[in-house]
Amino acid sequence: MSINTPGRVAYTNARLLDPATGLDARGALLTDGEIIIDVGPGLFAGGVPAGIQTIDCDGACLAPGLVDMRVQLREPGEEHKETLLSAGQAAVAGGVTAMVCLPNTDPVIDDVATVEFVARRARKNGLAKVYPYAAATKKLEGKELAEIGMLAEAGALAFTDGTKAIANAQVMRRALAYAATFGLLIVQHAEEPSMASGGVMNEGEMATRLGLSGISPAAEAIMLERDMRLVEITGGRYHAAHIATAEGVEIIRKAKAKGLHVTCDTAPPYFALNELAVGQYRTFAKLSPPLRSEDDRRAVVEGIKDGTIDIIASDHAPQDQDSKRLPFAQAAFGGVGLETLLPITMELYHNGHLSLLKVIERLSWAPAQLLGLSAGRLKAGAAADLVLFDPDKPWKVNPQAFHSKSKNSPFDARPVQGKVLRTVIDGRSVYVHD
Amino acid sequence: MTDMIYPHRHLLGIEGLGPQEITALLDLSDSYVETNRSSDRKLNLLRGKTVINLFYENSTRTRTSFELAGKRLGADVINMSVQASSVAKGETLIDTAMTLNAMHADVLVIRHADSGAAQLLSQKVNCSVINAGDGQHEHPTQALLDALTIRRRKGHLDGLTVAICGDVRHSRVARSNIHLLNVMGANVRLVAPRTLLPGQIDRMGVEVFYNMRQGLKDCDIVMMLRVQNERMAGNFIPSIREYFHFFGLDYEKLSAAKPDALIMHPGPMNRGVEIDSDLADDVERSVIREQVEMGVAVRMACLDVLTRNKAEAK
Repeated sequence: MSINTPGRVAYTNARLLDPATGLDARGALLTDGEIIIDVGPGLFAGGVPAGIQTIDCDGACLAPGLVDMRVQLREPGEEHKETLLSAGQAAVAGGVTAMVCLPNTDPVIDDVATVEFVARRARKNGLAKVYPYAAATKKLEGKELAEIGMLAEAGALAFTDGTKAIANAQVMRRALAYAATFGLLIVQHAEEPSMASGGVMNEGEMATRLGLSGISPAAEAIMLERDMRLVEITGGRYHAAHIATAEGVEIIRKAKAKGLHVTCDTAPPYFALNELAVGQYRTFAKLSPPLRSEDDRRAVVEGIKDGTIDIIASDHAPQDQDSKRLPFAQAAFGGVGLETLLPITMELYHNGHLSLLKVIERLSWAPAQLLGLSAGRLKAGAAADLVLFDPDKPWKVNPQAFHSKSKNSPFDARPVQGKVLRTVIDGRSVYVHD
Repeated sequence: MTDMIYPHRHLLGIEGLGPQEITALLDLSDSYVETNRSSDRKLNLLRGKTVINLFYENSTRTRTSFELAGKRLGADVINMSVQASSVAKGETLIDTAMTLNAMHADVLVIRHADSGAAQLLSQKVNCSVINAGDGQHEHPTQALLDALTIRRRKGHLDGLTVAICGDVRHSRVARSNIHLLNVMGANVRLVAPRTLLPGQIDRMGVEVFYNMRQGLKDCDIVMMLRVQNERMAGNFIPSIREYFHFFGLDYEKLSAAKPDALIMHPGPMNRGVEIDSDLADDVERSVIREQVEMGVAVRMACLDVLTRNKAEAK
């Protein structure tokens, strides 16, 4: 699949999308080896000089590759669910050129050696670039601070206890304060664990009818409210992952208005689905946090529109059949998302909520900025990490065709619009749709 | 009789003292340094006076320093440590104070794990009280000996830039030094991870840094604080190696300071935790042993003025 592209490659006849500069125009882009060397509407107006390989984009959108800031890799530890290689293949098929992985592997990414292992292993396969988060607390136990400073020096982009909330307020306070010593970011799974304990879906009528234990949306609000106070007293940098409730969006909105260093993301299920997707105990719709009510979903869309929600990430959580073919309460949480990130987010464009530029901003430029990655823009000198996609092309999600080892998509059989045609990493076309 | 150079009955803290009082104490201490270096070190100034060292916390160097200071001045010095006293039998601080008071001591030197203990004691006894360290509050004689060490090396305190580095949150030494150095016109910087800084510390007239190289840049004095083991292991900082990597003083970080910057430490040191072992022993840079010498002189001066005041009050 990987095609070597030594020398110069011209991408002509493209709709260039660069949210960093607001560029949305027809034009061309030129790469040389691993980097972009020129881009713009006037480029190659007189034709491409001889000797340069040309890829005719035929009017499709050429944008910076997607930066997915929330991916669970199952390597090391659970390679039967996903490996760095299979996740890398799924990523590039979804137009993702960089993914940031959670530390909830086995062993946990809480020491310098594991950070280096993940980075080195991922570099070898030459697919989507992998950047690790490291644990905020040792072994994700929520008790003692991990070696945040040294882990950052080793390459950890930010610090999180992954799918677990940092529950103890004093520990969270110290994590925020200690990380702020180095200007580093804490990423929180904002869910009060004592309220989520035992719950398997959104609390409400649907859960009551199905006889399933609910998780109140207040579990998100309580944790966020607490954390906002801790951010205020520590001056720390805080990012709330996968916001899924109306109250959660409102809390972040107010914190931003107050000037706190707070950002957040959400994932496609939370703006494209609601609790009704659980239907008759569909375990693929069992996510953490749970799919919420229609009012919550609409509030998440509003949050994305007004910029309260900065980023959209896949929240890719591969689970094998054995973890999902179980009674609902026993099934594992999570859904795969790398290969549906772009088409589901494109629904926001097709429904008139976001411009194409804003779609790319939420998926690429914004996460790159937050995490300090030199990615997410079409700029001379930047790495040639690109996605070429047809924004309108209709297709149907078919998990069996996924490159991911796990097929647990909540979007099974959903008709979508927007197809990745080609993914380029460091100048090499690593995925080409046929 | 000389003027009352230190017009207070007790020495409970640096906070509230003025530059004249501090200067007078340092001047007197200076004269005792010379006395201590001469062959005839025994004086009779405090003959017949009783100094009681009341130490509720383990301390070798401070207690020994006070004991030596008292003895050089000719006082009778009695050491009471917590294990040997009736404190172990449940006597309260005030009960102990009343008992000691009845023995007509002249100076009580107290070290206690609780902030405010010296003040409480001073309200209950007739004699003078010297605070030899109370909780996380103050350790005035340490700040005075640090100031004396700096003044003898640099000639003055005003205008110097002093970086106090490490566990400021739990440090009485830091608090006393911040007060003293500010009063004397020095620029005080603090360098620590945010978890080791107490709330609103910036209101105490200091400049706060979270990075050693930035905090040490062009400073004249680097004052390292001891990091206690119970602060380790993930509560305030993740580990010893991470702490040393970012906040331990080594030659590399020290190179940001002025070439003639001095290194100080109140002791006892954790070598390899807050300070590189070779650096601590570097006679060109480290004045850590000199601080110990100054400690005796400063404590002699304090005992001298407090007993003198008492005599004059009579």
